[in-house]
Amino acid sequence: MKAPLWHLTWRSIANRRLTALLTVVSVALAVALLLGVERLRHDAREGFASTISGTDLMVGARSGPVQLLLYSVFHIGNATNNVSWQSVRDIAALPEVDWLVPLSLGDSHRGFRVVGTTDDFFAHYRYGRGHGLAFADGRPFGDVFEAVVGAEVAARFGYRVGQSIVVSHGAGEATFAEHDDKPFTIVGVLERSGTPVDRSVLVSLEGIEAIHVDWAGGARLPGVNISAEHVRKFDLSPKSVTAALVGLKSRTAVFRVQRRINDWPAEPLLAVLPGATLQELWNVVAIAERALLAVSALVVAVGLAGLVAVVVASLGERRRELAILRALGASPGQVFRLLALESLLLGLAGCVLGIMLLSVAVAVAGPWLETRYGLPLSAGWPSAAEWRLLGAVLSAALLASLVPAWRAYRYSLADGMTIRI
Amino acid sequence: MSALAPPAVDLQGIRFAWPGAAAPCLEMAAFALAAGERVFLHGPSGSGKTTLLSLVGGVLDPQAGRVAVHGQVLGELRAGARDRFRAHHIGFVFQLFNLIPYLSARDNILLPCRFSALRRARVQEAGTTPSAEAARLAQRLDLDAALLDRPAAELSVGQQQRVAAARALIGRPSLVIADEPTSALDADRQRGFLDLLLAECADARAALLFVSHDARLAEHFDRRVALGEINRVGGGA
Repeated sequence: MKAPLWHLTWRSIANRRLTALLTVVSVALAVALLLGVERLRHDAREGFASTISGTDLMVGARSGPVQLLLYSVFHIGNATNNVSWQSVRDIAALPEVDWLVPLSLGDSHRGFRVVGTTDDFFAHYRYGRGHGLAFADGRPFGDVFEAVVGAEVAARFGYRVGQSIVVSHGAGEATFAEHDDKPFTIVGVLERSGTPVDRSVLVSLEGIEAIHVDWAGGARLPGVNISAEHVRKFDLSPKSVTAALVGLKSRTAVFRVQRRINDWPAEPLLAVLPGATLQELWNVVAIAERALLAVSALVVAVGLAGLVAVVVASLGERRRELAILRALGASPGQVFRLLALESLLLGLAGCVLGIMLLSVAVAVAGPWLETRYGLPLSAGWPSAAEWRLLGAVLSAALLASLVPAWRAYRYSLADGMTIRI
Repeated sequence: MSALAPPAVDLQGIRFAWPGAAAPCLEMAAFALAAGERVFLHGPSGSGKTTLLSLVGGVLDPQAGRVAVHGQVLGELRAGARDRFRAHHIGFVFQLFNLIPYLSARDNILLPCRFSALRRARVQEAGTTPSAEAARLAQRLDLDAALLDRPAAELSVGQQQRVAAARALIGRPSLVIADEPTSALDADRQRGFLDLLLAECADARAALLFVSHDARLAEHFDRRVALGEINRVGGGA
């Protein structure tokens, strides 16, 4: 007795194709939103967690682990204190330490952070599954006034190797204290990595030191003006840095070295494990992320409620049709299944269209999202988590379809085959 | 029909009251249709005609008494079996709005064959296919073959009633119940439709229970019964 139902369901939907299409589209939009949020969430988390890898310890002045990670890797906020160059050199000299990359922050270029570091940065900075930084063009900085720009900085301002840029004091978007007497020359442009490095200008520690020689307390010393040529004669070795990335010879020593740095006698220092701290930071972000997911789930609920409303509203005018089916020998159970099948098919079509919409959206908006916000969106087949969400949507659609089905069942029991309307 | 065939309809000692109603709306000692008999059931509106038809169709259960169709006591069947029994043995034509609007005329005629394997089988026993049988019935009922592919909603009332008649007759049910099928037609068309229906029921050897308030239509039937005479509840529900 399946055949008459399929046939009737299909013809009935085809007859109401405009309403059916609108219903399917509303469910599809809701599903696309839900899956989109889930994918964004997943990919953001992946991108987040893979911002830094291969670094065993991050060292900075004593503050909180999350703060240290935020300002040194994500360039969010500022350090409250620095690490003295002496300590950095002593840590680098520890027998367990394989390499150390110092980071000096505090200046910016047109809203992008300027990072003072050594050329070891290009050798040791790793992201994702151990990817290293690669040059799209040019080479690492060598001279004091040479700079390497991240992919996004280059893309935003159209920078190429050979151009000259000016660094501003402070990290704001609008800074008026320009180090315009000592411009830098771009010698390298990095490939896109999806990390904060894309949004950075990298210079040598000596470069950072050089532009601050004639500065004190965030302003130019009055009457002191040391030219770019003249500054090279100064001792440009740094006095302090903001943080340092540390790689160990053996990962088994990580807790021992961490404890050693945390108990540093010369000054209060903090060493953290980037992976564990990323996880901790993500837990903070996760609240917002869950709220976002909850809102999209609500949107799906609204979409399904719309579906139920449309099918239930159509039932009034279909009572006659249901009575005819009863007279022809349809059981109330078959009437129930007819309506359930109809709503379920609409829900299913909504899910399928939703997946298609999402694929199109990812294909169209993905590259833009990646350039604008450094959020890489993965195209392709839904992930396991997305399938689970789809399953939940379908289960909800199934539950929702029971509402019109139950009403139709009641109608057909009450009306029988007599048509009283 | 031979005398051995069970009566198409056999009602004994029926009493039926709508739920919540104090008085019964239908109470009758006996009413029967022999196999192949064509009976005109006459009654003013509200005399319990529709209730009687629902009892015969097995959609309603009488509080007392026995309803048998084609020899089968409906009260002995469970709800689902009764629905299947109705699909197998009874064809209905209503006053108006007989058709599923979004199906074509042909699909409407074929619906009983979709719901009842038995009626499908009877068509095949006759050496034809449901679709060919639908076309044959349509032709007999003066329906243009081109109309069969049109959606039911686009047909005129007269055409719809003929499609409904074809649907009631396909697969040779033993009983056709017509509930005021001609009241929406003008006098000329009433005549024509009635003739077609009577002829086709005779051809299909189906009993016909024709219900109407219009006594003028009664002359072509084997027997005429006034519902007021057999229903002991005066005035009906």
